[in-house]
Amino acid sequence: MIDTEKLIGISSRDAFGLTLADLAQNDPRIVALTADLAASVRLADMIKIAPERVFNFGIAEQDMMGAAAGLALSGKIPFVTTFAVFASLRAAEQARTDIAYNSLPVRICASHGGFGLAVGGATHHALEDIAIYRNMPGMTVIVPADGVEASAAVRAVMDLPGPSYIRLSRPTEPTVYTTYEPFAIGKARRVTTGKDLTFIAYGGSVGYSLNAAELLKADGIHAGVVDMATIKPLDIDAVLEAAKNSSAIMTVEEHNIIGGLGTAVAEVLAEAGVAIPFKRHGIYDHFTTAAPYPELLALYKMDANGIAGTAREFLKKH
Amino acid sequence: MAEDDKRIRDLRLMANTIRVDIVTTARDCAEGVHAGGSLSLAEVLSVLFFSELKVNPKDPKDPNRDRLVLSKGHANIGLSSAMAHRGFFSVDELKRFDQLGAPLSMHVDMHRMPGVEISSGSLGHGLPVAVGMALAGKLDKAPWRVFAIVSDGEIMEGSCWEAMMAAAHYKLNNLTMVMDRNRFCLDGPTETIMSLEPFEDKLRAFGWRVISVDGHDVVALLKAFADKAPGDDRPRVIVCNTVKGKGVSFLENTAGAHFTQLKPDKAAIALEELAAARAAIK
Repeated sequence: MIDTEKLIGISSRDAFGLTLADLAQNDPRIVALTADLAASVRLADMIKIAPERVFNFGIAEQDMMGAAAGLALSGKIPFVTTFAVFASLRAAEQARTDIAYNSLPVRICASHGGFGLAVGGATHHALEDIAIYRNMPGMTVIVPADGVEASAAVRAVMDLPGPSYIRLSRPTEPTVYTTYEPFAIGKARRVTTGKDLTFIAYGGSVGYSLNAAELLKADGIHAGVVDMATIKPLDIDAVLEAAKNSSAIMTVEEHNIIGGLGTAVAEVLAEAGVAIPFKRHGIYDHFTTAAPYPELLALYKMDANGIAGTAREFLKKH
Repeated sequence: MAEDDKRIRDLRLMANTIRVDIVTTARDCAEGVHAGGSLSLAEVLSVLFFSELKVNPKDPKDPNRDRLVLSKGHANIGLSSAMAHRGFFSVDELKRFDQLGAPLSMHVDMHRMPGVEISSGSLGHGLPVAVGMALAGKLDKAPWRVFAIVSDGEIMEGSCWEAMMAAAHYKLNNLTMVMDRNRFCLDGPTETIMSLEPFEDKLRAFGWRVISVDGHDVVALLKAFADKAPGDDRPRVIVCNTVKGKGVSFLENTAGAHFTQLKPDKAAIALEELAAARAAIK
């Protein structure tokens, strides 16, 4: 196990790299695949301990994804690494047909999720990956909130018999967890409670929503935050409980508001017949621009101020 | 020698049997079948399943089995016939082709077909999967080998060339690509739709050991599969020069043979031709 102190204050992709190397040391079935992004998705530690089990496919994501299926069929536990934008778009058919359709235990670990590679611009922003992956039957979809949770999530998917997609972040997320707890796939973690509003979020948005909740206290608004780290299978009970315990719900995600967590939560509320003020916050169906990450967070109202401001406007209307 | 002659004769007869199954299913299955690219594979499938592949229908998951990926998954009627006669499932299942609840249908499905390594149908997928299997085999220093049947039209998919680079880079000499060079894709001749020539030069340039044979010549196929080239660390491709629709005169070398339903009168002509061909097998 990795000392939890080492996981605090590092990005989920850094925590992934440390954890994968730790797991690979003890399990010879683990292989890692990359498409010329070994350094970016933090395979350096695994390369140090087991270079023969790290396969670089060059800039060829489709071949890599198909080969991961072949490795899984031959008794290996493959961790596929690339950027989220390529995992979800360039190699989507291979992920769906070769991996998901055949129910293979491939772990697709996709870094630079959301607009994490901020200056990279729209070509490198992954804002549809959750929508795509949650549409693949049998696929588990996870976005950890920070380094500590990422490490736990990577350990948790080791036991999954089927495929999983884990979105990782390039920027370091705000710290949400300072103690290590095993990750329960499909179980949300309610970090805080609030009677006026519940933010339901994943990834870095969990920490920013917590900070937003602090800001809202000044307005007399009590907001809670649910860390919906597993987007699929979604924790339906947690959504319904949030609807019961607070007067409004707002989802927050670095993703198009179409098809992601917001959509998933809306589906639950609508099918349960729950009438509650509800808002999906994220990227409002447009292509994003290029700028340093903090500036994009501010521009798209995805930082604490932006989330708090959006929540105020939303609550005012109801 | 006599034993060899019998073996070769049996392989030719099996190829003929596979063709009869394809034509019969094309007649009886209301939806039609991918006849053209299955007929072109009859000798290849016969030689693979009845001579080359170390597989055991009684233990389809034997860890030491050879792995076969039918990347051109639409040729499932050909594969189904060969696997049925090899004993992986009943030959009667061919009669239920495409029906609800049947194990066999247009494309290969690992969930429904015992002995199948991976589902396929969408083109350009099989070779990358085979590369992954071959990597695992190398990692484990396993005795088993990987074979991928790829169509010439399918090679237009970029993922095939990605996989070819990877196979050469990782020196996967435990991998054989069996190329069905029948020179047709759905819309017409490959050289009209998207030219592949100089095809074998391209494969060679990508680092593969190229063996070129008449894909309908059982003896040539046996010789090609037996060509192991010890010490050569390149992956191997056996380019099987074939005729799309082979064995049925009115289907041969036609784009229309790709996917077809045969009316009873047409099927009768085809079956007569195949019976004559069978009688001529010495």
